[in-house]
Amino acid sequence: MKGHMYWSVRRELWENRSIYVAPFAIAVLALFGFFTHVGKFAEHMRRIDTLAAQRQLIEVVMPYGMIASAILFIGVLVAVFYCADALNGERRDRSILFWKSMPVSDRVTVLSKAFVAIVLVPLVAIAFALVAQAVMLAVTTAVLAAKGIDPGMQWSRLPLVQMPLVMIYGVAVHALWYSPIYAWLLLVSAWARRAPLLWAALPFFAAFVVEILAFGSSHVLSLLKYRVTGAMAEAFVPNAMKTPVTDLSQLDPARFLSSPGLWLGLLFAVACLAIAIRVRRYREPN
Amino acid sequence: MTCIEARSLRKDYGTTVALDRVDLHVEEGRILGLIGPNGAGKTTLLNAILGLTSCEGDLRVLGRDPWNERDQLMRDVCFIADVAVLPRWLRVTDALDYVQGVHPRFDRARADALLAKTAIPRGTRIGKLSKGMVTQLHLALVMAIDARLLVLDEPTLGLDILFRKQFYDTLLNDYFDHNRTIVVTTHQVEEIQDVLTDVMFIDRGRIVLGSTMEEFESRYAEVMVQADNAAAARELKPLHERQVFGRSVFLFDSVARERLAELGEVRTPSLADLFVAVMGGEPRREGAR
Repeated sequence: MKGHMYWSVRRELWENRSIYVAPFAIAVLALFGFFTHVGKFAEHMRRIDTLAAQRQLIEVVMPYGMIASAILFIGVLVAVFYCADALNGERRDRSILFWKSMPVSDRVTVLSKAFVAIVLVPLVAIAFALVAQAVMLAVTTAVLAAKGIDPGMQWSRLPLVQMPLVMIYGVAVHALWYSPIYAWLLLVSAWARRAPLLWAALPFFAAFVVEILAFGSSHVLSLLKYRVTGAMAEAFVPNAMKTPVTDLSQLDPARFLSSPGLWLGLLFAVACLAIAIRVRRYREPN
Repeated sequence: MTCIEARSLRKDYGTTVALDRVDLHVEEGRILGLIGPNGAGKTTLLNAILGLTSCEGDLRVLGRDPWNERDQLMRDVCFIADVAVLPRWLRVTDALDYVQGVHPRFDRARADALLAKTAIPRGTRIGKLSKGMVTQLHLALVMAIDARLLVLDEPTLGLDILFRKQFYDTLLNDYFDHNRTIVVTTHQVEEIQDVLTDVMFIDRGRIVLGSTMEEFESRYAEVMVQADNAAAARELKPLHERQVFGRSVFLFDSVARERLAELGEVRTPSLADLFVAVMGGEPRREGAR
């Protein structure tokens, strides 16, 4: 059984190279973009002492935060598209007949795909974000030194331990928070004949339109907004997002773990996965 | 030992009845050919045996309920359903690694040996292989698994005749033994006639004929009759009559060979001829190929 899970996950990585190609590409692109402006960054560092303390932190941390955000955001996109196709593609190309000829249960198959979206894609994104930040730090250090600016200007202000910890925390809470979205997409992917993304969005869009027309209210929209952005609000102290989050004191895991939004979401995710397992069993190839 | 035991299987898709109270009993060590026109219910029956589709009735395969125990059943059952269901993005070596990883009865050395006899390059993605190569690869994977039941659904569809011949030769010489059972469906009836031990005709969800090949050979006879003997032949109530080069060919069921020998040259009919005789009588939506 353990071997089945391992090989099922490996097989996902063989099929979906975008899991590591996309964050890698964005990392390279973002680094390239940053390096074309590295001179400007160096000038900021030269004058950094003249700024207010809060401003100094923002100037130093901003590029690191931006590149990490870009990579992590791509990770979420990759997970979304991955889930929408994960149980649909195998029926489209009929390879489900091969997978089902192996002694691997539908449960292991569906759970391995959920694992990829909820655990593996975020881990890969974190790895690329950390590497990109390390490259950024190394290159800026060299550039500053070459320009005769003390690299210590940057090093002394960069929260080298807290910054990655905050990032890992942020990714973890988002993975949990978004797991109902991934599970829902997996379910629709198993159910829909084609265009799973469209089918996944349709009920919510319809509910949104009907609600507006019938009641003039927009609870559905707020619910969706809450699902997309709620992890920010629930997992960090209020207003933490106004400045770069670089301090562990800005995290609020207790509140996150006690928010109903998290647990209702997880419950929904478990239900979706359970149904997806059943649907995969019943679905015959297209 | 019984390999497949099915009693009054029923399956419908809306108004279409795919299986209509099918009974099936297959002993271990048999090679059963399942023959029928398109849409006859062959694939539905195979899917039920493989646990890919649910249906009403009792079905046990190697003592298990396929629908509820598919994953355990697949340790003892292999299937090649249709052609080219191997995922196109998978590399040949990765396919080997994967099957080795998940299948307890897979013999990697044997698969490697089988592949060494082909021209399949290991590092290539399956999508880049020719159709014949994909089938060879799938066959190598399946033959390296020590399974008790092998199910083949149109395994040679779209392959040229050399590959088709080779496919069945390999299967018979290197794979089949009397502890194994093979169930195969195909349109190329004439190619598997010599391979089978049992044959079954299926039409509109029903088994219309089921027989061992020995029984088939002793029961059915075909006689080519000169025109002046045709009337006498018709009196023996042939199953079917057709014209070949101005002479009549009659197909008889359970008529003594001595009687028939008086009318002309007697021989065992081909499955294809019997198929036409049994199934060709009524008009149908889609022609039997």
